[in-house]
Amino acid sequence: MNLYVPILVLLLLGGGFAVVSAVAGSLMGPKRWNRAKVDSYECGIEPTPQPAGGGRFPVKYYITAMLFIIFDIEIIFLFPWAVAFDQMALFGLVEMVLFIVTVFVAYAYVWRRGGLEWD
Amino acid sequence: MTSILLAQEFKSPTIEYAKVAPLLIVFGVAIVSVIAEAFLPRRFRYPTQVVLSLGSLAAALVVTVGLAGSKLLAAEGAIAIDGFTLFLWGTILVMSIISVLLLAERAVDGGVTAFAAQAAALPGTEAEREAQARRLEQTEVFPLFLFAVGGMLLFPAANDLLTMFVALEVLSLPLYLLCGLARRRRLLSQEAAMKYFLLGAFASAFFLYGMAMLYGFAGTISFSGIAAAIGAKTGVDGLLLAGTALVAVGLLFKIGAAPFHMWTPDVYQGAPTAITAFMAACTKIAAFGALLRLFYVALGAARWDWQPMIWVVAILTLGVGSVLALTQSDIKRMLAYSSIAHAGFLLIGFVGVRDHISANTSAILFYLAAYGFATIGAFAVVTLVRDASGEATHLSRWVGLGKRSPIVASVMALFLLAFAGIPLTSGFMGKWAVFSAAWQGGAWPLVVIGVVASVVAAFFYVRVIVLMFFSEPAAEGPTVAVPSVFTSVAVAVGVAATVVLGLMPEPLLQLAARAAQLVG
Repeated sequence: MNLYVPILVLLLLGGGFAVVSAVAGSLMGPKRWNRAKVDSYECGIEPTPQPAGGGRFPVKYYITAMLFIIFDIEIIFLFPWAVAFDQMALFGLVEMVLFIVTVFVAYAYVWRRGGLEWD
Repeated sequence: MTSILLAQEFKSPTIEYAKVAPLLIVFGVAIVSVIAEAFLPRRFRYPTQVVLSLGSLAAALVVTVGLAGSKLLAAEGAIAIDGFTLFLWGTILVMSIISVLLLAERAVDGGVTAFAAQAAALPGTEAEREAQARRLEQTEVFPLFLFAVGGMLLFPAANDLLTMFVALEVLSLPLYLLCGLARRRRLLSQEAAMKYFLLGAFASAFFLYGMAMLYGFAGTISFSGIAAAIGAKTGVDGLLLAGTALVAVGLLFKIGAAPFHMWTPDVYQGAPTAITAFMAACTKIAAFGALLRLFYVALGAARWDWQPMIWVVAILTLGVGSVLALTQSDIKRMLAYSSIAHAGFLLIGFVGVRDHISANTSAILFYLAAYGFATIGAFAVVTLVRDASGEATHLSRWVGLGKRSPIVASVMALFLLAFAGIPLTSGFMGKWAVFSAAWQGGAWPLVVIGVVASVVAAFFYVRVIVLMFFSEPAAEGPTVAVPSVFTSVAVAVGVAATVVLGLMPEPLLQLAARAAQLVG
């Protein structure tokens, strides 16, 4: 049972942090509303007005977000490798290089297709 | 309190690179092909992609043939390289090569491929018209196709649950995209992609949940470990039953078995026909391979638990496929229901097993090869019958085709007869093999139902033949496009395989019999 104590503590800390910040924010924060703040929240695109009849809308935000997630996931794999680098030796190095190369192929594709140009 | 130090136990895994070379070739060239797509000027992309795809698949096929006789668990037990895997790899690679030929066809639609000029341009907008006028082509289909083939190769070879799930996703994700890339009738195509994606994601979730339960039951993800856990259990285990049912849902969805077949007609109709041909042949082959490996190797000892469920599914599939095909008025939808019915015949062979799986396995392997060749050929013929708006898929447009172009109509008739299982075609030998294996396995009621379903199914195949040959052509009927060498070769291979496997099935039957041993 001891093994679960840290998890429980973490759970309580996490929940407590969320509750405290939400309550404290609503009690203590200044309230200066403007139009953008009461608008519905949509990542990166104007929620209204949508193009009539469902025209094209910019997806550049999503491309950037997806690229971010790809590199984020790369870090998740790089970190344990960095920690156990000495034991994984040459095999680990080769595998990691292969992994990073494949991620960069996707990155190069997005770059060449103009996915990184904001306007 | 025990501290967890994973790093101290790290041991470099051994990976038999030579044995998994076909996978590495296909995936490696797929990545090269993405780079080519990114850096080559537009006019060089199409020829380069065609050469890369054909070259890599041919190289993988040669290596696969060279691996004949291998029998081992590669990559720390994650991938099983045995006769079964190699037979399926060979079949999938041959079918993929034929599919690439269909993908690369440019002659039937005025010098451009059958894929969207610019997938991002909305249908019916100025942007789309501009892309059409500039004769753009979305050559990304080739790398996507190679990734899908790679996933299909890994799927039946996977020897643990996680590898199998990764393979399932690797083969599915490119297919979802490919379905939505048609040049003509783009809304229908995008609808197909959307439906396939949503339902496919749902099915994957079922599979994943089932995996988790099987892991909970066995404490391991390896197939041999699960088999050992089933051997050691006493009494009924809820986790095992629920897990088995849920992974079955995921796999039966990919196979297109009822009641998980709902997506098949819509997706087969909406997807570009070359992709439909590829899905109907290769996805089914790969998914049946995975179904056999998972259920025979890992869950074989729990056969009494899952056999009744698959019995019901097989009967439903046969009924839905044969009966609903009767009411279809679109040739692609009809072929989709026909592929559902074929999944039913294959399930009869799969479930009709008592003691020895080898007869059933070899019968299914043979059936898959025979069915795959005829299917790709039939869809290839569908791409040729066209009018001003693209492919003329409505059956009323096919009336009197035999009078207008006897060769194309005869080829189609041959494929339809093979589907119906008429003697002297590959379809008859396939059905014969599957039914006799199931009969020996004691599933005689299923065989009787299967024979009845074949009779019903024969009716709608023959109906199309009657339409083509014994009716007067309409005044403004569709024309038959003259294909380039690509589609011609694809159709010719289909015809040759259908006839040869019907007249001289022995060599392939023997090969399938030798390939029927699964390592576990």
